[in-house]
Amino acid sequence: MNGLIMTSIEQGLIFAVLAMGVFITNKVLNIADLSVEGSFPFGAFIFAKFLLMGVNPVIATILAFAFGTLAGLLTATLFTKFKINALLSGILTMNILYSVNLRINNAANVPLSGQRTIFDFGPKLLILLAIVIVVKLLLDLFLKTEVGYLLVATGDNESLVKSLGQKSDNYKILGLMLSNGLIALSGALMAQYNGYVDASMGKATLVIALAAIIIGDTFMKNSSFLKNTTRAIIGAIAYKLIGGFAIDLGLHPNDLSAINATIVIVFLLYNNFFPNIMGKLNKKGGRDYA
Amino acid sequence: MLNIKGLEKRFNIGTPNEIQVFNGLDLNFEKNKCTAIIGPNGCGKSTLMNLIAGTLMVDNGTIELNGKTISNLKEEDRSEFIGRVHQNPSMGVSPSLTILENMALADKKNNKFSLKFLVNKKNIDRYKELVAQLDLGLENLMNTKVKFLSGGQRQSLSLIMASMKHPDLILLDEHTAALDPKTSHVVMTKTKELIDKYEMTGIMISHNMRDAIKYSDRVIMLDKGIVVLDKPSIALTEEDLNNIYIDRLDKAIAV
Repeated sequence: MNGLIMTSIEQGLIFAVLAMGVFITNKVLNIADLSVEGSFPFGAFIFAKFLLMGVNPVIATILAFAFGTLAGLLTATLFTKFKINALLSGILTMNILYSVNLRINNAANVPLSGQRTIFDFGPKLLILLAIVIVVKLLLDLFLKTEVGYLLVATGDNESLVKSLGQKSDNYKILGLMLSNGLIALSGALMAQYNGYVDASMGKATLVIALAAIIIGDTFMKNSSFLKNTTRAIIGAIAYKLIGGFAIDLGLHPNDLSAINATIVIVFLLYNNFFPNIMGKLNKKGGRDYA
Repeated sequence: MLNIKGLEKRFNIGTPNEIQVFNGLDLNFEKNKCTAIIGPNGCGKSTLMNLIAGTLMVDNGTIELNGKTISNLKEEDRSEFIGRVHQNPSMGVSPSLTILENMALADKKNNKFSLKFLVNKKNIDRYKELVAQLDLGLENLMNTKVKFLSGGQRQSLSLIMASMKHPDLILLDEHTAALDPKTSHVVMTKTKELIDKYEMTGIMISHNMRDAIKYSDRVIMLDKGIVVLDKPSIALTEEDLNNIYIDRLDKAIAV
């Protein structure tokens, strides 16, 4: 397989974890959490910190997830307890994390070359695939539990959750923690994949995650068979692949950002204006009677 | 059963738009009776519902349910005793979940939510029976997302979900206002049936005078936060109510 395509798939898998994290806030809870660009590198810096302390890379990766949940807790506290608007809560957390990230290793850039990583255990593609599948299955299972359903209901209709005698704020906190944990995990994976941690590595991650979700939604739109987590994974890989193909076709890497944005626009256009065309072609899926 | 004493509520306190909705309202509701509350827009009907449910908190006064003061409890802590069906059919359900999932959620009301699977196969038949009594065919749509149901179907499901755990008090907040006459009749009849069957106390807001009399035991008319009529439904006709209504409206215009 072409090296660039391979890289695109591998990076797509890393971003699939990110996209599943953003899916929890964006799609399940209906909260726009903008702290992503802080919590992604936060996970990477936490991973680097523990790795350089001599911690096993698998444990350091899990610790990145755990610390990521704390970033979510901060946003959730600002949002639910201090009653700061969700967008602003996310932005404030992101700004705090920018400084925290630089403090963790007292450096804006941490090389990890020569260090052990989880990729020492086998081919990158297989390891990433295994992680993505495990995360997806766990998330799917979680969303089938009583608590998981309350998370969905909180995003859907808060007054129902209260009428069930439950504190909806608790589920927002849980969702934001879980989401940021996964985002940080994705950051830790990217650190190991790249072989370094950089303060600017969170740049554009929110757009990538949203693009993945949007593309995933477009894919086999009317099929109720595909779970949203699967859509996020497909979307993340497709997004990276399209960018990879574009460069493979000779486009300058400097243009990638604009190309990526164009991809998102194209998929959104498709979503907004051509829903019926594919609906008619795709007879297997049921029609939406909205 | 439900005792409201000295209820006070103001909005926009300290601004030029300050409105006093209630200034010392006293009301008592008897157990297992259904009371209809009528009155013009802005008379305080919905505010009263919100104060009882805990969506709004009282400024002064107390609300007691079965001798227990509930007016200081949060909405989620009152839900143990209270079920509510809103005017908007989507307010009582989780639209992106299926009927089955919604029923399973309602079934867990006031219980601890854990990491067990929500939908338990052995309960499905019971849920089907519950929705089948509506005669809307919902039992055949158990795996359909609620957002794809009609307003009437959704509202009927809300009613079943709100009454499933037999709360002491059920609040019906113009719950048939958004429905066509036929569906409205189905939902109203079912509401009355469930109130009797589960021995609930009902408080119903309505703008439909005929429904207010037909489906309640007592009719209360509110105007500007004051009870202006309080009679058993049997002693009233639709005409009476309309006359009183028009009479009060005329006065309001004359003022």
